[in-house]
Amino acid sequence: MKLQPGLDDSRDDLGKIAATLRRWIIEQSFASKVGHIGAALSVVDAIAVLWGAVLRRPGTNHPDRDRFILSKGHAALALYGVMRWKGLLDEQTFQGYCQDGSRLGVHPEVSLPGIDASTGSLGQGLSLGCGMAWGLRLRGSSARVYVLVSDAECNEGQLWEAVMFAAQHRLSNLTVVVDLNGLQALGPTGAILDMEPLGEKWRAFGWECREVDGHDLQRLASALGAAAGDRPRVVLARTILGKGVSFMEGRFEWHYRPLDDALCTAALRELKAA
Amino acid sequence: MRTALIETLVDLARVDERIMLLTADLGWNVVEPFLQAYPERFVNVGVAEQNMLGIATGLALVGYVPYVYSIATFSSMRCYEQIRNGPVLHRLPVRIIGIGGGYAYGHAGPTHHALEDLALARTQPGLRVLVPADGEQLRSVLLALRELPGPAYLRVAKASVPAVAGLHGRFAWETPELVRPGRDLLLLCTGEMAHPALQAADMLFSAGLSPAVAVLAHLGFRPGRALTALLSRFETVVAVEEAFVTGGLGSLAAETIAEGGLHSRLLRCGVAAGFAEHSGSTEYLRSRSGLTAAGLARRIGEAFQRKRTAA
Repeated sequence: MKLQPGLDDSRDDLGKIAATLRRWIIEQSFASKVGHIGAALSVVDAIAVLWGAVLRRPGTNHPDRDRFILSKGHAALALYGVMRWKGLLDEQTFQGYCQDGSRLGVHPEVSLPGIDASTGSLGQGLSLGCGMAWGLRLRGSSARVYVLVSDAECNEGQLWEAVMFAAQHRLSNLTVVVDLNGLQALGPTGAILDMEPLGEKWRAFGWECREVDGHDLQRLASALGAAAGDRPRVVLARTILGKGVSFMEGRFEWHYRPLDDALCTAALRELKAA
Repeated sequence: MRTALIETLVDLARVDERIMLLTADLGWNVVEPFLQAYPERFVNVGVAEQNMLGIATGLALVGYVPYVYSIATFSSMRCYEQIRNGPVLHRLPVRIIGIGGGYAYGHAGPTHHALEDLALARTQPGLRVLVPADGEQLRSVLLALRELPGPAYLRVAKASVPAVAGLHGRFAWETPELVRPGRDLLLLCTGEMAHPALQAADMLFSAGLSPAVAVLAHLGFRPGRALTALLSRFETVVAVEEAFVTGGLGSLAAETIAEGGLHSRLLRCGVAAGFAEHSGSTEYLRSRSGLTAAGLARRIGEAFQRKRTAA
């Protein structure tokens, strides 16, 4: 596994990234009085593994850098966190999250160095990933493309158009991570539009499919590491919305709800004790 | 005009390896020369326009210049949000081809009549809206696009269009091309309406008027100086477009007159009555909307009659 300078893929270091990101997410959500905390917490571990141990040359302008598209753009705070960890954002810029005049909005924008695509409208990121993966392969690049989508995002028809295209053209340099937390804006995914058995659907569409505990850093790293075969790959990361803060875990209201003073203190206390 | 499009693209792609062609399963007997010349730079994505725009965006993000091809209704509307969030928001050189705007697919019915594509495309900042009047002007537009870093929407006629007299393929981004001089009024037309506009001008001339005709192939996001200067010379301006009267060329002329503080009077000739309720050929549907030489001449003549009566 190719590593970033200064980072180690041992569980401790990835764990340290994830723990730090969780703390930053809570602190910054509270400071900016912005929701979407649950989604950011549910993807923290996948983002820590991708940016800490998988992506090659993230945040550079290198033409052969691996690309990362946060298709579930509303989890951007986790992405900004890992960019801060990597030194791509300074603390002051990070703390400008959602402030007037800041470049850090609820959804990521390509004008920010390190962001490969602007996202926020669900279902569109994988098509961009297909175009990137096809174009990179065509010019003989070894770069790979990673797209992180939400489970509810799989409701969007366009996503399945892209799934079919990637399989048809055997885009083996393309990996999708599905943040399978089972909750969407207004309730459980199973009660709104049941996508299960989701793995069987991706397999039926011709993808290599792996299913892992989305908070197990080593299993995530193993699933997201060097791909074998000639097909695109999807990793279904079974996660918990709000992971790491007991009163948020698995509760869909934390999709939107912002923190108050007492809950912020309680959340930080839990995260520091962990 | 589709043949001119593909022939020019094949030529351009020979020297510019970034050019790719994507189709959403349309273009039979049209796109084949590109496929044969550059099989690795062509893909049929299937009937999936939204994905096609996303793929084009991704390709452009890694350095390519994708042309996406479909019927104008589908390439402008089915994937409108993908155009906005993709090439427009990312400011990328994606070229969106809309074949056969207006009533070109006459008998196919309202689902195939692109009457609002120009209006929709015009509202996107940085998206150049291009409606060439004939094959020669299309070639000039495609050559101009070589240097454009941002996105473009091109409405390309389905049928072959005879060369527009006096145009000689001229195209410059901000310049309306005057193809017939005149004093009394200006017919400002775009795309396939150049021919009926010129013929209407002949009829009006025979009736004692002196009409000028200008072709505007680039419908700007905001009024341009050259257009303002041209319109300022005429007491009466007649905008002629094969589209709904709101949002496209007629609206651009209205904005130009209003913002430029001009005193021109404006007639907007286009589709004013909503979607077609009858099946019919392109010619039939155009005539129902007054978009023929006779229809235009009649409407303009009546307007001048009213003006004279009022005076």
